[in-house]
Amino acid sequence: MSFFEFLAGNWTDVLEATLAHAVLVLEALGLAVLVGVPLAFLTYRTTAPRAAVLGAAGIFLTIPSYALFGLLIAPLGLGRGPSVLALTLYALLPVIRNTVVGLRELDPAVIESARAMGMGRLRMLATVELPLAWPVLLTGLRVAAQLLLGIAAIAAAVNGPGLGNLILDGLATAGTPFAIYLTIEGAAGIVVLAVVFDLLFAAVNRLTTPRGFGA
Amino acid sequence: MHDMTHGTTDERTAIRLDRIRKSYPGQTRAAVEDLSLEIPEGRIVVFVGPSGCGKTTTMKLINRLIEPTSGRIHLDGTDVTEMPAHQLRRRIGYAIQQTGLFPHRTVADNIATVPKMLGWNKARVTARVDELLQLVGLEPGTFRARYPKQLSGGQQQRVGVARALGGDPQVLLMDEPFGAIDPLNREALQNEFLRIQSQVRKTIVFVTHDIDEAVRMGDRIALFSQGGRVAQYDTPENILAEPADGYVADFIGAGASVRRLSLLLLGELAVPDWPVIGQSADDAEVAAAAARCARDRLLVLDADRRPTSWVPLFGPDRERGEKLPVQGSMGPRDSLFDALDHMLSTNTSVVAVVDEEGRHRGALEMDSVRSLINTAGRREPSGPPQEV
Repeated sequence: MSFFEFLAGNWTDVLEATLAHAVLVLEALGLAVLVGVPLAFLTYRTTAPRAAVLGAAGIFLTIPSYALFGLLIAPLGLGRGPSVLALTLYALLPVIRNTVVGLRELDPAVIESARAMGMGRLRMLATVELPLAWPVLLTGLRVAAQLLLGIAAIAAAVNGPGLGNLILDGLATAGTPFAIYLTIEGAAGIVVLAVVFDLLFAAVNRLTTPRGFGA
Repeated sequence: MHDMTHGTTDERTAIRLDRIRKSYPGQTRAAVEDLSLEIPEGRIVVFVGPSGCGKTTTMKLINRLIEPTSGRIHLDGTDVTEMPAHQLRRRIGYAIQQTGLFPHRTVADNIATVPKMLGWNKARVTARVDELLQLVGLEPGTFRARYPKQLSGGQQQRVGVARALGGDPQVLLMDEPFGAIDPLNREALQNEFLRIQSQVRKTIVFVTHDIDEAVRMGDRIALFSQGGRVAQYDTPENILAEPADGYVADFIGAGASVRRLSLLLLGELAVPDWPVIGQSADDAEVAAAAARCARDRLLVLDADRRPTSWVPLFGPDRERGEKLPVQGSMGPRDSLFDALDHMLSTNTSVVAVVDEEGRHRGALEMDSVRSLINTAGRREPSGPPQEV
């Protein structure tokens, strides 16, 4: 049986796993934004707290993914819980760092003008700082998404959802006739998702970047 | 201490700095030291001084971008710390050298920033934006929807001024607003701004390090020395004519007497008359007019009394019987500096002076420029008149 004949037989499983994989990554990304962006807002003008936040987020990224997923089993059990949390922790660094960089690199004259015109802190954040830092923040999300798509395959090891299950099944049945096909399906699904995500981010970037930024 | 309240007494004080001091932790020297200053309503007061002298710091104390360590600031008699900073700032326009325009917003949205915060309705905001664009010389239809990046430096600066005027504030703070513009356009913008000010009559604090700009823009100049001390606070004329001390004299530099010329506008001076003849005068009339005067040339006027040319009475030009072109005449808004500059650059010894409508008023020679300088210098009743 060729690979494509095999695929014709289980493509619904592959599609299902691919969708689950995408949802898992988006959930983690969403959580990372909910946690990371406010942390960035709170600390970007400070020195020590900013270093602490970025340092902590950096440490998460250095923990081997197998270990982190495994460590989270103890508090959260198996399945979706540890998967989402582990991926969220990995996404924090690119999200926080790019938000901080985006905010810190804003033209000081623009910020001073906004203050001098009588804008309050929140209004300035919402109408000036966030829109201007947005392209850099979005790049952080794009990087985080690519990172998570790969790491999310490990989720299968803690009974999480996603394409990792196909890869793991392939590895578990290594030596049997179609084991390699399962692994290829899982890997190819991730590659396809990576391309799709990248295209989507490019589209979002184009649609949401303020026009005045054009060269 | 010198007198801080020059000028006529009917001038209302818009901003009063009362014994302001600003020091930063870890610095032995205060950025601003015990500064008291009264800024009259509707005038341009220029803070001038070398970099690091505290002039920008002092300006930013007024809208509380920087809070003073001690001392009081009163705006229209009210202590500025008595209202929330953001409310205070919406009443004070702010324009800076880097413009600080919002790059993600259109020109119209930039100018509308403060009006929107003040809760004006849409129609009023739109009308205000167009009014201000017109005021700063930008056609609303063309520029309303543009983004700052699509404008030249000078246009961005105009939008910056329009935005500062957005909420119709009584007070305008400007920090080297024309500092990044090339000299040619800078002068055009300065003149344009003076024209705008003659219409809007705001109380303006204008910071610069350029004494020429200070002299050109200021109704008053506060000359800062290190540590936020004001070495002299007076009209440009008085500062150039009578520097309070050696520091002021050094700062205004060697060209002070020449700079004063640019403050003497022809419209405010008694321009000496000059023999004229009509355009249709024949040789006999020219000869008769020549006989009546001791000048080397006659000014020819057309039917509307506008200068058209010179008739030389002596020298090789006379022998050729040619008339010489007027080569531009000086109007009431031109200064003695302009007149002198014109003589030197066109290599002529005399320049025609006209009124607002371009009609003949007289003419200036080197000698008459000198005597005008001397009489103008004695406008201040500081001593008995001297023989010229």
